[in-house]
Amino acid sequence: MPEISLSQAPAHQRHGSNSGQPLTRRDGVLKVTGAARYAADNHPPGLLYAVLATAAISRGRVAALEIAAAKAHPGVVDVMTPAHKPPLAEDPDAKTNPFMFRLELLQNDQVRYAGQAIAVVIAESLEAATEGAALLAPRYEALPARVGLDGDTSFLPPAVGIGNPAAVTHGDVEAALDAAPLTVEATYETPAQYHNAMEPHAVVAAWDGDRLSVDTPSQGLIMAQGRIAGLFGIAPDHIHIRSPFLGGGFGSKGMISGPQLLGIMAAKLVGRPVKLVLRREQMYGPVGHRAPTRQRLRLGADGEGRLTAIAHHAKTVTSSFDDFYEPAADASHTLYAAPAIATSHEAVRIDIGTPLFMRAPGEATGSIALESAIDEAAHACGMDPLAFRLLNYAEVEPITGKPFSSKALRECYAQGAERFGWAGRPREPRQMRDEDGFLVGWGVGTATFPALMFAAEARAVIRADGTGVMETGAHDMGQGAWTALAQIAADGLGLGIDEVEFRAGTSDLPDAGIAGGSAHTATAGTALHNAGAAVIAKLADLATGDERSPLFGAGNAGVVARGGRLHRRDDQSRSEGYGEILARAGLAEVEARGQGTADPAAQSTYAMHAHGAVFAEVKVDPDLGQVRATRLVGAFAAGRIINPKLARSQLYGGMIWGVSFALHEEAVTDRRSGRILNADLAEYHVPVNADVPSLEAVLVDEHDPHVNALGIKGVGEIGITGSAGAVANAVWHATGVRVRRFPIRIEALIGA
Amino acid sequence: MKNFEYVRPATIPEAIAAAAQPGAAYLAAGTNLLDLMKGGVARPERLVDVTHLPELDRIERLPGGALRIGALVRNADLAHDRAFAAAYPAVAEALLSGASAQLRNAATVAGNLLQKTRCGYFYDIASACNRREPGAGCDAREGENRQHAVLGWSEACIATHPSDFCVPLVALDAVVEIEGRAGRREVPVEALHRLPGDAPAHENTLEPGDLIVALRLPAEAARFAAHARYLKVRERTSYAFAVVSAAAAIDIAGNTVRAARLALGGVAAKPWRARQAEALLVGVTPDAATFRAVAEAALAEARPSGDNAFKIELARRLVVRALTLAAAGTPARLPALPASPFASQPGALPHA
Ligand SMILES: Cc1cc2nc3c(=O)[nH]c(=O)nc-3n(C[C@H](O)[C@H](O)[C@H](O)COP(=O)(O)OP(=O)(O)OC[C@H]3O[C@@H](n4cnc5c(N)ncnc54)[C@H](O)[C@@H]3O)c2cc1C
Ligand code: SF4
Repeated sequence: MPEISLSQAPAHQRHGSNSGQPLTRRDGVLKVTGAARYAADNHPPGLLYAVLATAAISRGRVAALEIAAAKAHPGVVDVMTPAHKPPLAEDPDAKTNPFMFRLELLQNDQVRYAGQAIAVVIAESLEAATEGAALLAPRYEALPARVGLDGDTSFLPPAVGIGNPAAVTHGDVEAALDAAPLTVEATYETPAQYHNAMEPHAVVAAWDGDRLSVDTPSQGLIMAQGRIAGLFGIAPDHIHIRSPFLGGGFGSKGMISGPQLLGIMAAKLVGRPVKLVLRREQMYGPVGHRAPTRQRLRLGADGEGRLTAIAHHAKTVTSSFDDFYEPAADASHTLYAAPAIATSHEAVRIDIGTPLFMRAPGEATGSIALESAIDEAAHACGMDPLAFRLLNYAEVEPITGKPFSSKALRECYAQGAERFGWAGRPREPRQMRDEDGFLVGWGVGTATFPALMFAAEARAVIRADGTGVMETGAHDMGQGAWTALAQIAADGLGLGIDEVEFRAGTSDLPDAGIAGGSAHTATAGTALHNAGAAVIAKLADLATGDERSPLFGAGNAGVVARGGRLHRRDDQSRSEGYGEILARAGLAEVEARGQGTADPAAQSTYAMHAHGAVFAEVKVDPDLGQVRATRLVGAFAAGRIINPKLARSQLYGGMIWGVSFALHEEAVTDRRSGRILNADLAEYHVPVNADVPSLEAVLVDEHDPHVNALGIKGVGEIGITGSAGAVANAVWHATGVRVRRFPIRIEALIGA
Repeated sequence: MKNFEYVRPATIPEAIAAAAQPGAAYLAAGTNLLDLMKGGVARPERLVDVTHLPELDRIERLPGGALRIGALVRNADLAHDRAFAAAYPAVAEALLSGASAQLRNAATVAGNLLQKTRCGYFYDIASACNRREPGAGCDAREGENRQHAVLGWSEACIATHPSDFCVPLVALDAVVEIEGRAGRREVPVEALHRLPGDAPAHENTLEPGDLIVALRLPAEAARFAAHARYLKVRERTSYAFAVVSAAAAIDIAGNTVRAARLALGGVAAKPWRARQAEALLVGVTPDAATFRAVAEAALAEARPSGDNAFKIELARRLVVRALTLAAAGTPARLPALPASPFASQPGALPHA
């Protein structure tokens, strides 16, 4: 392969003219003018509307439904129930791979959680279907609901997150704690949180024989296609899914959910296209959530403030029927250089929908507890919390001893502290007031998130007119994939961004993997990059092997692709345009494919993480306890930044979520019924503009030759980590009150 | 949604006749009613849309100086009416602290007065709720109730009235004009909402068909314009209902209080006027100790209805703060974050 594949080697790293530019999102105008077509905007002819009827109990069975009453309502076409539904080729409770979760597809009359679908009413109008669902007036045989972290006896989960061991030890933590001159022990609680993407899960499904057309938001098109294929017993390539835009996903659209599949079943049942859109409150159950945690941290330190032990134990919940365990304690694996570390988990099964991946699953919950505890330890050691973190800086990954592929965290601390103005912060709490008498506090938190790689494919084409096409079924959740990936695509072809047609967002394109784990740009980007390299290589072969080309014989020296031309690497004055090469070869186009996958050798050698440091200022009303996060500065090192504008926007979003985590967000569950009482955006609080008046995200330079060919780590999730703890620590610094239950509420601060 | 009849009367008598039927409800902007209908909490047979009734969208000064505000005036329009905001600044501040800009642009005066509680069990139709279904029981009583009432509650219902607007209105002796089958009558806002007692479903003193046509603020209440504040503790800086709120208004001559008004929000099933506490202020030179005594008096009857004891002390502190701010004087410009404890903070966007 020519020069282009040498980009693995730092000396030859190519920085094309597109990557690194702060391009405005290319789909922005479509979105602000309403022209962007989201799933629910589709209205094929003959469309019917489906509405879920959901369970009002958390556990038991549906004894009766007034199906006749619903059917008698004008406009109602059919009512899908366990007794009346299209057959499925696969049991929705089957689990044949670790990424498969059990679904509620009306397989029986059991109720597993409040809000579970128990029937689907299909009607000529949304209103008729809604009323039909209300008329079903279910009768239940209810069992007592198991609610909350103490809802049942706990057990050791088989694994946490995706296959991580539930308990990990490194060194002898108990001995280290016993020997430590100073120990800090504290228990923190985090609540259940729900993704609440702006766009509810929606599906428009139309069958044509055994072919299926689906509009639905997806963070993982090919996985969704495979899941549908398995359930309905049809070939994956008979399923066409379109997901050009997502109104947010945050993990809740990573795997196709039960309600989306019920929409497809409904379309099959009635033989007409069907639209099903979840109501806001219906998103609190079947599409995953972040499970609550209770985390106990025990830290040991020597006389100088060096950590000697970290013990991090997390209790969490999962559903009664499936396994997903928020890997909260794993947050302690990578950050602080303690010679002895032990992390462990326990869980209880309660009557909820299965918790799943929610933006920084485990990292976010674990981070707020760990960062709080680190702060408590710093104070106990009489040290500035930033100095304490620097003293305990991990030069190698503590839990594995592996070197980091790159780690510019020191620069993050330095640049963040500088921009924030951390110097001069009083060590003791409750020392600062503003001119109006509000308590002011400053806190810091360290951010970290693994730099993951999944697997993706891309296809590259160079056409005779000198333009290119790049394809990968990538997902734009609002994070900017349409733009950032197009930048990589253009660089991969050595073309300007407007000379490349970038195709994404449908299931008939090469598999772009999953938009999750903050790994989409890295994974799909690497695939695009490699596809570009491969097609350029083909083009180069055509040119260098043809004596009529000015590039003839350049094979050993190699060529460089730039500006739609191939240049001889050792003599850049000798070049030829793509169109000329193809014309002479009599070809309309050349095409090639590329893959993006993890490099197992690099992965076994290095620990790969993005890092950051977040500094927060809060103000607290000394009498009334109302808190406002007035200023956040985060400095992040996440490898190569393809688009600084979009990366900042991701980091802002994460940092705001951190504020939300510390101060606002919480699902309130009735302790008896297990029903969620604030399943709407008026009462389930996330920050509004006035909550976050000043935000700054500093992008710290970091070159990583190991993570992938492009040196990209992710920025999607890291912003939450560190930020939540920084805000919590700032509240302590403002008030002197250490709140260990999140979100921090007024009653915790007013001492009443 | 349940099928319902939609009528759009052209005159007030037609509206009253249409709404007097069982199962009928007035529809104003629908920002509360439609949510309730979508959730199956309200299932009216007939909606009587009042938004096209003539002449109910006016703000006029009556002989004698009172301001009469038509029932359909939008919350935002009222708050931004110069004459109104100058005379009754605490009411403008309360309006602008409610909901969001979009909701305030739509919501009407009468709709705001008659909005329903935000008790989660009232909205959750699978829960027992005496207010929604008389005799069903009250699931909030032993449930998630940290936001519930600390004053005037009963075993039958511990819900609060969520309106911000109503709080300074009761402080200032505002009156609603009602047209009904029996003709026109006037009811002080303070007497409009009922405490739950053993009949929480009977929320207010309106009879079937009764239409609020206007709200009147007495001329006399403008005497407080120089020293009037509304203050609201929230769990986020904006777009949240009050945990507790207070309207405080003082008429000071020299150093001596001639008259004072105090009302609390978020503490009871109605906006809570604290008359006995007000009396403690009259004739004194206000200071911190007086304000604390007033606060004690205002909350003297308070008792927790659940996990909400903190609201009692919070309300006391809020009363002290609201009185302190009122004594310091109404700000020349409405604060950028109306009613927020952080109202004084620079750099905030107006009415965020
Ligand atoms: C997300 C959200 C947040 C909110 N936050 C706040 C807040 O922070 N503070 C606050 O105070 N409010 C808040 N609100 C409530 C809001 O103020 C009310 O929804 C609004 O004022 C209702 O006015 P409307 O015109 O839409 O009334 P509608 O919803 O149309 O009607 C409300 C009730 O009044 C009755 N009605 C209407 N007009 C008349 C009339 N002329 N005569 C007799 N009966 C009548 C209706 O029948 C109905 O029962 C919030 C609402 C939402 C949705
Ligand atoms: S407090 Fe009142 S509104 Fe809430 S459930 Fe009880 S009766 Fe219903």
